[in-house]
Amino acid sequence: MADAVGDLRLVRLTKTFGDTAAVDDITLTIPQGSFFALLGPSGCGKTTTLRMVAGLELPTAGAIHIGDEDITAMKPYKRPVNTVFQSYALFPHLDIYENVAFGLRRRGIKDVDEQVTAMLDLVELSGYGSRKPNQLSGGQQQRVAVARALINPPSQQQRDEPPRAHDQKQRPHMQLELKRIQTEVGITFVHVTHDQEEAMTMADTVAVMNEGRIEQLGSPVELYENPMTTFVANFLGQSNLVDARVVDRSGDHVVADANGHRLAIPVHRMHAESAEMHVGVRPEKVALVSAVDEHTVPAGHNRLPAVIEDASFLGVSTEYTLRLPWGSPFGVFAQNLHRDPRLVPAADVVVHWAPEHTFALDASEPLDAGLEADTPAGQG
Amino acid sequence: MSALAHVPAPGGAAPAPRAPLARGRWVPYVLLVPGLLWLAVFFILPTITLFSTSLQTGTLETGYSLTWEFANYTRAWAEFWPQFARSLFYAGLATLAALIIAYPLAYTIAFKAGRYRNVLLVLVIAPFYTSFLIRTLAWKTILADNGVIVETLDRLGILQVLSFVGLTADDRVLATPLAVITGLTYNFLPFMTLPLYASLERLDSRLVEAAGDLYASPFTAFRKITFPLSLPGVVAGTLLTFIPAAGDYINAQLLGSLPATAMIGNVIEAQFLRVLDYPTAAALAITLMVVVVGLVTVYVRRAGTEELV
Repeated sequence: MADAVGDLRLVRLTKTFGDTAAVDDITLTIPQGSFFALLGPSGCGKTTTLRMVAGLELPTAGAIHIGDEDITAMKPYKRPVNTVFQSYALFPHLDIYENVAFGLRRRGIKDVDEQVTAMLDLVELSGYGSRKPNQLSGGQQQRVAVARALINPPSQQQRDEPPRAHDQKQRPHMQLELKRIQTEVGITFVHVTHDQEEAMTMADTVAVMNEGRIEQLGSPVELYENPMTTFVANFLGQSNLVDARVVDRSGDHVVADANGHRLAIPVHRMHAESAEMHVGVRPEKVALVSAVDEHTVPAGHNRLPAVIEDASFLGVSTEYTLRLPWGSPFGVFAQNLHRDPRLVPAADVVVHWAPEHTFALDASEPLDAGLEADTPAGQG
Repeated sequence: MSALAHVPAPGGAAPAPRAPLARGRWVPYVLLVPGLLWLAVFFILPTITLFSTSLQTGTLETGYSLTWEFANYTRAWAEFWPQFARSLFYAGLATLAALIIAYPLAYTIAFKAGRYRNVLLVLVIAPFYTSFLIRTLAWKTILADNGVIVETLDRLGILQVLSFVGLTADDRVLATPLAVITGLTYNFLPFMTLPLYASLERLDSRLVEAAGDLYASPFTAFRKITFPLSLPGVVAGTLLTFIPAAGDYINAQLLGSLPATAMIGNVIEAQFLRVLDYPTAAALAITLMVVVVGLVTVYVRRAGTEELV
């Protein structure tokens, strides 16, 4: 039994199936005790990564370490890693008690009663021990799967994304529960999901994956506020992106030209290699004024003229869809602090925002990268 | 997955017109008619006739009449119990041997064969393209006294061991119990392999992965997960092998030596077709049926696979 404890490190991890690289040269460190999310669309390689960590798939190249120990070639049943499978994979012929006790018994622990009872308490399933998995609801099965993995510390836990079709109402509750359990037990948790909301709610650190590579890694706030690739900007939340060219690099701001409009970007938010780039801003960071009030826009703000195409009143906020002069759409989420009655469809407006909210991305990726991948919940 | 399938049916769907609904109700029964007719004519009726024959007295010349002669049974049991015991013993050993051969075979086809899976399945069924009799006769050559198998067993000293436990005699395999058991094993092997394959093939491989993830070595994962979950296949396969094997008489006749290796099937055949003692033959046939049903019931109960009872 390996009792390796420490950070989980993936070093140049690669897995190819035939000619396609499912996981392409990934290097990352998951600190011990953190709640880590691998986020990406289906087919991005996140599940393959998880399976390699669990030992269910052998890497084509690269290494996996836990602490100082290299577990790359270690048999799955010897790894201090436990997985909550996407399908839960509960043993249908064993009752809940025996499902949870399975790992303990395999490690030769005779007296499992205390631990199993405590674990069933933790996931709020006391009294369900004698039931069979098929007598439980989807949410309860999921908690059994979590309990079955959690009972085996010290270890790394991984969780493959749960099916979305059931227990929609229970999910926020379950997410908080998982977070609570993780904090309480203090183990490393690797969570695989395509649901950005889920990843952002639960994880300390999120790695956004696309086509076998890690696009960006950081805290949910970092990823959202300062996306480094077009894919991340579109996959995580919404972004308004416009094509632009660098015209001036002097000073602590880069100035870009977008169809004749000058946009300033702080240097530390420049992620473009070449002069061609996508300049972006999040829809809730911008403000909207009627074109006749353009003189009220604070000096130094980035500004673009537009026409309101659609306005949806949502109570706490209003969601506008604008059309820029060259035809691109532009989204605005405006809080309903004081509504301007002139901001109705067909009105000429000016959107403006502070340069520190602007980010610039390399234009090598298409403008809509990451958009088509984000399937709405309930589908796929 | 099944949980997802339980989408509540739209309760208040528009009521269907009455006539089609009423007609629809009869469809299942109509569809059952051919099967029920078949069962009535070829199973229920013959069973009743057989049972009545077993309680008759008389001779072929004078004719038989139903006299509720239950003594037919006690006489038949007293005279032929060794053949009964031998049948169950041979069929039991053949079933065990078939299980030992078929399980790894079915496991390999289900999990390891990859794209050769269908080819291997066809090969399992392929012997059926030849007649049962011809296949059994072929084993006469395979097990011939101067054949490779007998010689090899002899050289390795296995033949002597088999002789010692009474499965073979006189340095030969043909005309011994071993030959009969081998023939039974061979002939009913596909009936063991296919149900085993079916239950292994639908086994969710992620359960085995999960067991490995939870510190079960491959062998433990097999013992705790794969085998228990394949039990329905084991039960079905052993039943499909044991039941016909217990009533078989071809193998004992062609590969064994009567009367030393006579099974109850041979006795029933002889009583019906040569001795022409119909009541005794019928009593034996009914007894065999009852014994097999009894054994099967006990076995299925013990194995705990409710879906087969």
